[in-house]
Amino acid sequence: MKKQVTLFTEFTKGLWDQNPVFKQVLGMCPTLAVTVSAMNGIAMALATTFVLTFSSLIISLIRKLIPTQVRIASYIVIIATFVTIVDLVMRAQFPELSKELGPYIPLIVVNCLILGRQEAFASKNTPIRAVLDALGMGAGFLIALASLGAIREILGSRTLLGVQILPDAFEPWLVMILPAGAFLTLGLMMGFLNFMVLRKKTREEQELLSRHLQEPKMSLAKGQEA
Amino acid sequence: MSDVPVTEAQNRRELLLSTSPHLHSRWTTKQIMWFVVLALLPCVISAVLYFGLYQLLVIATAVLFAVGTEAVIQYLMKKPIAVSDGSAVITGLLLGLIVPPNFSLAFTALGSIFAISVGKMLFGGLGYNIFNPALVGRAFLQAAFPVAITTWTMPQFAVDSISKATPLAALKFDGVSTAMGPLFFGNVGGSLGETSAIAVLLGGVFLLVTGIANWRIPAAMVVGVIVFGGALWLIDSNYPNPIFHLFAGSFLFGAVFMATDYVSSPITGLGMWIYGLGISLILVLIRVFGGLPEGVMYSILFMNAFVPLINRYTRPRIFGEVKS
Repeated sequence: MKKQVTLFTEFTKGLWDQNPVFKQVLGMCPTLAVTVSAMNGIAMALATTFVLTFSSLIISLIRKLIPTQVRIASYIVIIATFVTIVDLVMRAQFPELSKELGPYIPLIVVNCLILGRQEAFASKNTPIRAVLDALGMGAGFLIALASLGAIREILGSRTLLGVQILPDAFEPWLVMILPAGAFLTLGLMMGFLNFMVLRKKTREEQELLSRHLQEPKMSLAKGQEA
Repeated sequence: MSDVPVTEAQNRRELLLSTSPHLHSRWTTKQIMWFVVLALLPCVISAVLYFGLYQLLVIATAVLFAVGTEAVIQYLMKKPIAVSDGSAVITGLLLGLIVPPNFSLAFTALGSIFAISVGKMLFGGLGYNIFNPALVGRAFLQAAFPVAITTWTMPQFAVDSISKATPLAALKFDGVSTAMGPLFFGNVGGSLGETSAIAVLLGGVFLLVTGIANWRIPAAMVVGVIVFGGALWLIDSNYPNPIFHLFAGSFLFGAVFMATDYVSSPITGLGMWIYGLGISLILVLIRVFGGLPEGVMYSILFMNAFVPLINRYTRPRIFGEVKS
């Protein structure tokens, strides 16, 4: 039997516990390719969130109408509709940003994060939950892309959101705005975050153990629980 | 967890139980590492001799930051501080010797930090790194500061026949060949430790005679360069001749000190030949057809990636094993 999850958790789980980039390692192509600057990362994440939210809503609404055999094709059609909207709007309203992101906006259609959420979540849950899940995942994606973009922009071109924040004396690390820099930064960030999580877990276990040793009777129940 | 008591037992020289093979070497890891440091000294001397005292500062910075980074990381990871084994000193020395003369101290320090932290400690420390840490650091510097790392200052008493270019770059981009004399003694442009063939060879002979470096890898690389470089030279004599390939650039330095790194090279005899020949093939291709004048760094790093595969396929048959 599935545990009842609160609506609030449906949203917050995407921020950290199931963060699409750091925990699920989904959507690596835009993550690595467009995060040359913080602005690009934010724009990419917002575009993805838009597509994700609306396609989750639609798919969740018609989830009982879609035959299982053709579900992927149906998802793609719905996702592609919203990607086309984003692409056209960005081209009209933000032509420069659109030029910079280039083919990666149309490529949102094959972003595995979006298809993954439809398959794993939207097609099995109510519309409200699907939208909250999509917004949470989008926010998590935004956190990841913005931080990755910020680090790469600061070290690779001395600026943050276009404003120079490091002195001229600092020689920009060209490697950070090359593809290799994306892999390096993402790998180091993931490693660091997982290290912190692991350390927290070990500490909690040790605390439990020490309590167990101090008060054998009380913690026996706790140990069984865990 | 299980290896902690073993280490303690080693320190106390108690009875040590381990699985076979029970091979013994004449030297401990620590002694070998310090022998390599000794073998690098001629290169340090030639660097200072040709490019000035400032280079000593560059090399010292590289060593200091390599050792410091390793100590800090081991402290943070609550591992025993093992910098006295000398491996970080070697990484620092090697990195200091493969940067151009008058290289920025800040960049050198950054290269050392990157080499040790990403190139070595992230993989698990000494013995676990797939790539040669010093070359990882140099590759990072090359990608991060492409201009600074290709700015060559000429030796103090250079006869100015070629200005502001390494012999390889002079040949590749300007069609100017360099005489063998300067190439052999080191009176040419290039990275600190690589210019003087005689200094590298001095260290190399020491390593080969003591058996610290296995002779197969440098031998395979020399044979490879003569065969592959020679074949191209025979086809078209505008290409550099094999002897020039051998003495120009960082080929000798790479063959003696970089490719023979225990951790990132194959362990079987046949594997060493494959590895050395592979390096020289890629090297000749980069030098002759590639966009860069020099390719020792990339060819060694490239073949480093194949070492686990080479080890796997050249594994000797167990005595009596039936081929299935």
